Amino acid sequence: MLGVGIRMAITRSDLAMGKASTTDGNAPGWVRRYRLRLKRKRLLWRSFRSRHALTPVSDKTRLIAPTDILAFTTLRNEIERLPWFLRHYRRLGVDHFLMVDNGSDDGSVTYLLNQPDVSLWQTQASYRQARFGLDWLTWLQMRYGHGHWTLMVDADELLIYAHHDSRTLHDLTRWLDGNGQLAFDALMLDLYPKGPLGSQTHDPDTDPTETLPWFDPGPYRVRRQQPLGNLWVQGGVRDRVFFADRPERAPTLNKIPLVRWNRRFAYVNSCHSALPRHLNHAYDGPGGEAPSGVLLHTKFLPQVVAKSQEEKRRRQHFHDPDQFGPYYDGIIAGPDLWTARSERFAGWAHLQTLGLMSSGGWR
Amino acid sequence: MSSSLGIIMLVHTALDRAEQVARHWTAAGCPVVIHVDRKVARQVHDDFVSACADDPLIVFCDRHVCHWGGWGIVAATQTAAEQMLDRFPDVRHVFLSSGACLPLRPVQDLIDYLADRPRVDFIESATTADVSWTVGGLDAERFTLRFPFSWRKHRKLFDRFVKLQRAVGYRRRIPDGLVPHMGSQWWCLTRQTLSAILQDPKRPIYDRYFRHVWIPDESYFQTLARLYSTQIESRSLTLSKFDYQGRPHIFDDDHLQLLRRSDCFVARKIWPQADRLYRTFLSDQPGALKPAEPNPGKIDRVFSRAVERRTRGRDGLYMQSRFPRHGSENGLTAFPYSVFQGFSELFIDFEDWLANTTGARVHGHLFAPERAEFAGRETLVNGALSDSATLRDYNPTAFLSNLIWNTRGERQCFQFGPADTQKINWFLARDKNAQVSVVTGAWAVPLFRSNQNFAEIRAQAARLQKIESEQLEVLDSVWTKARVRIWSMAEFVESPIEHLQTVIDEMGVSQPGHLIEAPRMVDLSGFGKFLQNLKNQGMHPFLMGDFPVDDVFGGQTRPYHKPYLVQ
Repeated sequence: MLGVGIRMAITRSDLAMGKASTTDGNAPGWVRRYRLRLKRKRLLWRSFRSRHALTPVSDKTRLIAPTDILAFTTLRNEIERLPWFLRHYRRLGVDHFLMVDNGSDDGSVTYLLNQPDVSLWQTQASYRQARFGLDWLTWLQMRYGHGHWTLMVDADELLIYAHHDSRTLHDLTRWLDGNGQLAFDALMLDLYPKGPLGSQTHDPDTDPTETLPWFDPGPYRVRRQQPLGNLWVQGGVRDRVFFADRPERAPTLNKIPLVRWNRRFAYVNSCHSALPRHLNHAYDGPGGEAPSGVLLHTKFLPQVVAKSQEEKRRRQHFHDPDQFGPYYDGIIAGPDLWTARSERFAGWAHLQTLGLMSSGGWR
Repeated sequence: MSSSLGIIMLVHTALDRAEQVARHWTAAGCPVVIHVDRKVARQVHDDFVSACADDPLIVFCDRHVCHWGGWGIVAATQTAAEQMLDRFPDVRHVFLSSGACLPLRPVQDLIDYLADRPRVDFIESATTADVSWTVGGLDAERFTLRFPFSWRKHRKLFDRFVKLQRAVGYRRRIPDGLVPHMGSQWWCLTRQTLSAILQDPKRPIYDRYFRHVWIPDESYFQTLARLYSTQIESRSLTLSKFDYQGRPHIFDDDHLQLLRRSDCFVARKIWPQADRLYRTFLSDQPGALKPAEPNPGKIDRVFSRAVERRTRGRDGLYMQSRFPRHGSENGLTAFPYSVFQGFSELFIDFEDWLANTTGARVHGHLFAPERAEFAGRETLVNGALSDSATLRDYNPTAFLSNLIWNTRGERQCFQFGPADTQKINWFLARDKNAQVSVVTGAWAVPLFRSNQNFAEIRAQAARLQKIESEQLEVLDSVWTKARVRIWSMAEFVESPIEHLQTVIDEMGVSQPGHLIEAPRMVDLSGFGKFLQNLKNQGMHPFLMGDFPVDDVFGGQTRPYHKPYLVQ
């Protein structure tokens, strides 16, 4: 009876899942490694300095217990999403939310002040100058996230993973801990409605996947990027509709939202990639399937049209906002993203069958 | 009352759960001897002992320090077993368990089961030569080398020291009479066997030897039981599963049904916070109607599938958590597919004919420069894959692997040729799911039938021939795993149906017994002359093979009309 009993294969090098197995081929030389180190230090220093930009509004961080799972979010005018956002992550076992508000004027702040597990900071500084809010959050992670499993999600992202309906993030992270895995990957999956954008109605207290039940089941293109060694996933509906003529600008869809944080870590580009490099190897290769989840992206809720008009004006997104004028125009025009090949959202098991996420052998 | 079954429990954490399980055993009359790891703080230990003090059937033994893979676990087991045999003379079978073990069936079931087999020792025990569990790791060497360094804490030192011993040819002597056996640490032995092991006059010799064996808890009792037992059942009564790294799987609440189905008596490891499991299995359950044999095989498949998912994954899937290193893919794509080159040039309405004959989905030139010509010229196919040439050429391998992934279960066929984007060639050649059939030089047929100036034709012919011969080199390389068939055009038109039949047969999709019209070939009369003209203009068309100038083929390449059986 194979495998019952003996602790299999203790010293098998191929099963030891050494982090080196993927990096071997493209491991950078020491010069490059040192440059990456300097880059990480620079990012940390920026973030450290950005603490002056943050004003605590509601600091409940003394409630944080050592084993808590913490969520870090920066937001602006998300009152439509916050109720479900908090509900979703509370159900998954997030113990405390650390949020940075960047000038909301729609009641988000008042709403968050009334939540018992939300610590809120405010800033009027430029989102873009702060590396799209990353500096602020990295500072908070440095200050409060050390040693915790931390979740970095936007208000329009709902993380799901295998068995999320019956197991919490605590179960998942315990299992990841057991595997010696520090980071958990996810694919950002754009959900969209049937019919022109902006023509639906949405109740903030209901599940956004009911308003936005559709998604593109594929194709998603993957490649590995150097020098960080991260995977780069593109594709999906925005790629098909808005970037078909310049796919190199299509949104990056892979994220590393869940990391067992260390104050020396730093996200590089949103949470698409991170330093030190090994964090990008949540997929550890050379073959096989690692666990990964999906971030349900609820960007296309009805107010997206109005928001896009505002964002186009504010020019706070993207390194080169001018390049993305057509993208905003495309959304503002309120197109129907739905096609006969769209797939209806039906839970994680369906997404796993489609190959958009994987249990990675978590039974 | 005292039962014939005694339980040894080795615990080091989650003591409240251990107490719960211990009381469950004693409620059925089974005495329990608990060994608490010496590493547990004295205060915690004392609290635990006093919590259990009201139960006379729970006894604590002297504590040893237990390190993973070390002798301490064996020493703890010995001490506890001695105490069990001394204190509870009625005990006939001793069952070794840990604090993370949970009885899945009523205790009485297990007592009855053992009572029916009074002389049987349940201990998984196999010689190192016979087991394949530890392939590539240490198996026989566990018994012949020394391991002064912790594998967990000083992995490098451990590995180096093993290498050093191998290099100098060091071997420990195994005490006379011992044949090393290994197996699960969790056993159930009879008083007779267990006492024979513990009271053996040579025990100091054996202990001294096993003290330096690696992971002795998986070999000490397993080896010695072979010396004394009259009847060994080489299996463990404790269900445990291992993950891809060889660590025990931890059962959680949602494994309830799986555990039930296994019919095993005891399972490990149970997550201490799995309230529902503890609640369910520690409550009074109805006994089995008829005594069922433990059957871990029932749930084996579930776990081996999970391990396979982790270590191998799904072929042909590329995603954020599966991106095999170049060369480590088990299959580049998810499902077999066929590539036809030169066929749609030679046959009229080849795509429709192929679709009717095979029932497969037949695309046009998927890699045509303007757009991907999907079957029926759809703009969007399964997976919302668009026909945009820009998106496709941005990452052609992802385009193809996505198409095959999204349509897996349905065979895809597509046309290819030197006029198409060529970036996919290496991928096609390396993919064992690809069936590539090439009629070389057939790209000349459209030129031959075209209405272009001859100078243009000549230039195009030269270009296409160059591209195709480069492609043929790829298909011919040593890394090619695709099933490739290459005919020169001259060779092919000699007996086209025969060749076509071979390809269709290999696809294995057509329904036998169907009478199918053979495809019609285009009229090639004058083609030999056309090639000669190219030659005369200084371009040497060689990929077509030898076509006689005088057109002998003209006679043979008349359209076929007679029905033909394609199997």
